[in-house]
Amino acid sequence: MQKYVCDICGWTYDPAAGLPEQGIEPGTPFEDLPDDFECPECGAGKDAFSPAD
Amino acid sequence: MDTTLRQDIDWVGCVDWTIRDFHSYKTERGATYNAYLVRDDKTALIDTVKAPYAEELLENIARLTELAEVDYVVCNHAEPDHAGSLPRVMESLPSATLVCDKKCLATLSKCFDASGWKTEIVASGDTIPLGKRTLQFVETPMVHWPESMFTYVPEEKLLFSMDAFGQHYASSQRFDDEVPLCTVLEEAKTYYANIVMPYGKQVAGVLEQAGGLDIEMIAPSHGVIWRTHPAKIIEAYKNWCVCRPKPKVLVVYDTMWESTGRMARAICEGASQPGVEAVLLHVRRSHLTRIAAEVIDAATVAFGSATLNRGMMPMAGAALTYLKGLQPTGKAAFAFGSYGWGRGGPEAVQKYLEAMKWEILREPLRAQYRPAPEVLDECREAGKMLAEKAKQMAGDRKPGQNVCVDP
Repeated sequence: MQKYVCDICGWTYDPAAGLPEQGIEPGTPFEDLPDDFECPECGAGKDAFSPAD
Repeated sequence: MDTTLRQDIDWVGCVDWTIRDFHSYKTERGATYNAYLVRDDKTALIDTVKAPYAEELLENIARLTELAEVDYVVCNHAEPDHAGSLPRVMESLPSATLVCDKKCLATLSKCFDASGWKTEIVASGDTIPLGKRTLQFVETPMVHWPESMFTYVPEEKLLFSMDAFGQHYASSQRFDDEVPLCTVLEEAKTYYANIVMPYGKQVAGVLEQAGGLDIEMIAPSHGVIWRTHPAKIIEAYKNWCVCRPKPKVLVVYDTMWESTGRMARAICEGASQPGVEAVLLHVRRSHLTRIAAEVIDAATVAFGSATLNRGMMPMAGAALTYLKGLQPTGKAAFAFGSYGWGRGGPEAVQKYLEAMKWEILREPLRAQYRPAPEVLDECREAGKMLAEKAKQMAGDRKPGQNVCVDP
């Protein structure tokens, strides 16, 4: 599944891992993240993420 | 003043002797804004200074070279204490191209009218040849802003590290071997705790990258240049970026009528065990800057507040808001305090301890109006428990070591 990287700080969202501490199950594609999702490192919103190489 | 780092690489910054409040950071020893000039076939200015000092910077440059000879102005960080003079500098250096990363130009464009500036965008690994020396760029996002960057000169094994490894320390001497080392390391630790602490993960990543570079000298944007002791400050950052605990118990409190105060002193008394350092701070008599600097390497913490209007006292709230933002990791703690007819203070404190993901060692330790002798005994026992836990967490680290010996 496509990983996404935060343009602000470089943190990577890996769909295989999800983000359990924010209630996001492993296997959740980036597109399915809630609209109010924030980067856990720097607080940037979904619109600051780009597909990782 | 010895301002020469290497042949034709000079400090051209300024010393802010009298600043005592740096956006709420209490700078008891003043500050500096470091900028550097690298003269080669091409000449580069590394960073500028806070806006009120722009003319001083330009005079320092003019002593070394014609202003029209400066080819590059590198901006490693867009914050006003370093980029504030950019408009004045760019208008005074007619040949200069601004060199910065993509995020930096975007940020600068929101602060200034950068439309008239010649710019060159760089990314990690890019280089600009100056002649005998090369500038090599290392993006360091969130150390401590998104656009932050280092500039490395491989031929000189010299790292311009921007705010990383910096200290708020005004001095007439520019180098680490010319000032009391323990003092600048204390200031470096205070700086880390108050400015960089939230970004431990990113700092660890940067330290790994820096490990791959050959570094003999580190020139930060604040304070003295690490010419003799770069290994010491790197070792220190390795500890601080994981909030590595010392065998140290920190008790912080606010009190209305001294009930919580008495509890705090009893906890501190219980924590004052052999092999442990116990520190007691009153929130309204200690500055936030000091509280953060004591938290970073405390293993265990007791945080107390009396109950006011069903919550905690306001300055306890200020301290906890500040600490929560700094994200000190891996501590074990409990809340304590007194109440009159309705609970609230210690409970509100505990919410912050939980938000910082600290291990909660016991339920809030409470006293109603006046702590009874049994309650004070319980406080002393709880303090002893904090001391035992601190010793466990700190492994073989000794208490009360000088920062020079054990940063």
